[in-house]
Amino acid sequence: MNINKMTDHAGEWLRGSGPHHDIVISSRIRLARNIAGFPFVNRANVRQQHEVLALCHEHIVEQKLDDDVLWIDLRDSPQLDRELLVERHLISKQHAGSNNELPRAVAVGVDETFAIMINEEDHLRMQVLRSGLQLTEAFSHINHLDDVLESKLNYAYSQRFGYLTACPTNVGTGIRVSVMLHLPALKLTGEIEKVRRAARDMHLAVRGLFGEGSEAIGDLYQISNQSTLGKSEMEILADFETTVVPQIIAYEKQARQALLQQRPEQLDDKIYRALAILKHARMMGTEEVLQLLSHLRLGVNLGRINKIDMKTVNDLFLLTQPAHLQRITGRSMDPVERRAERAAMIRARLKGCEL
Amino acid sequence: MDSYCVGSWSGRLTIQCGDGGAEKGTALVKRKCDKCDKAATHHSVEIINGEKIEKHLCDQHAAEEGISIKTVQAPINELLSNFVKLQGGQPEEVDQGDESVTGPTADASEMEVKAGFACPECGLTFAQFREKSLLGCPECYKAFERQLCSLLERAHEGGVHHIGKVPVRAGADENRQSQLMRMRKRLDEAVNSEDYELAARLRDDIRTFEESAE
Ligand SMILES: [Zn+2]
Ligand SMILES: [Zn+2]
Repeated sequence: MNINKMTDHAGEWLRGSGPHHDIVISSRIRLARNIAGFPFVNRANVRQQHEVLALCHEHIVEQKLDDDVLWIDLRDSPQLDRELLVERHLISKQHAGSNNELPRAVAVGVDETFAIMINEEDHLRMQVLRSGLQLTEAFSHINHLDDVLESKLNYAYSQRFGYLTACPTNVGTGIRVSVMLHLPALKLTGEIEKVRRAARDMHLAVRGLFGEGSEAIGDLYQISNQSTLGKSEMEILADFETTVVPQIIAYEKQARQALLQQRPEQLDDKIYRALAILKHARMMGTEEVLQLLSHLRLGVNLGRINKIDMKTVNDLFLLTQPAHLQRITGRSMDPVERRAERAAMIRARLKGCEL
Repeated sequence: MDSYCVGSWSGRLTIQCGDGGAEKGTALVKRKCDKCDKAATHHSVEIINGEKIEKHLCDQHAAEEGISIKTVQAPINELLSNFVKLQGGQPEEVDQGDESVTGPTADASEMEVKAGFACPECGLTFAQFREKSLLGCPECYKAFERQLCSLLERAHEGGVHHIGKVPVRAGADENRQSQLMRMRKRLDEAVNSEDYELAARLRDDIRTFEESAE
């Protein structure tokens, strides 16, 4: 496996398959772990950080944690590659960083269903990604990876506080369950604030496409648990799978039905305007594209447009991002060039579909 | 003032739409109060054991039912920084304070004494933790246990004890973890003083120790 091949297709989280994929874009589970006997990353010296990196390399790559793992040393990867990994949700912005002195890496599974960041905020931050609502499956995968590593590494753990992490907000299970939801109808009907408020009342975090602090562009909302102590992994998962997510799905579906029944013209107008702009514009910014794609995706999901398939729409969500765009065209571009190139790429991809 | 409500929500929580926050013209459901003829401004749908209970009330009847809009909870990081700020105060101010005071102030000044106190393992002070919200090493959890407990309680909905997965391996044995920490510290010192022979020996010891599970 090779990082160059990544730009050919959308990653796992945008595969557009899996249960409830019309609303649930992806399911993600992350575990934070630290190796006993070392200070946490922020207080470890460079030698200790190297040692952690070497230990992880040994147990992930040399001893084959998985059949095909791509190990990417982030100190010597080009900036564009690191941005690409961020756009594909395989590493965090923080991990992509800019400090080339800090020893850090990411191990990525061949199908991009898992990624393990080494020396991010914690020694190990592993994540498993699945498209659609597949939390149980994602958990059994990550739990397996964790078991294998745990049989070789001593994790920092306390009877009382569980898995010890650099930030006390992750201590305990160290688990972060996140689902990415596409909620265009709730946005269009003005109901989305209620979801945000309700989620906050349930002690859940609501974020945008690129995590912490990011705005919910393209009507994509990431909902994740905040409490990691005093609740088991299973309880946290069950909360999501049987309560939180199904209810938001039902709520979005109700809003979609309400739009279809009560304001079909306005709905179609949104969808077809989006398509018209996407098909004909000459300059396009990332955010504008994401918003238009969101309406297009809603149109495809509701059967208002039949000439475009979901895969094309999902691919465009990713391929129009700055690093992907530059990777595909094979040259780095300034923002103005990118806007033109982005518009051209979208026109090319949507050429086949006549209105 | 019109307000609107769509649909259902959970057993544990209720969407209450009493703020009229929805944009005009997006009405999906409009209702009268369940108890009088006034327009309902508070709507809630609860599902308890599979049974749906809807309530539509005017301001007055909603107040009688004790329904009010919950205040928005601060995100976790904000909570953490607010909390540590609250616990910390300004060190200079407290320096002049009387140590014999009682009640919350005594607590605060104790925190300040603690602020100067450092984790014996990694040297992180509470003040440094307050600044970055990051602990320095596993031992910090013991060193700052008292302060952390109340912080954890707030950050994790009251949770202060781990429930869930336990490492199968010796990882769960805290004595072993401390010993590993000490061994690695000695190794670090050996490398620093360029005693490579000792360093090599310690490295082997650590490896053997790590592989001797349970
Ligand atoms: Zn009334
Ligand atoms: Zn420490």
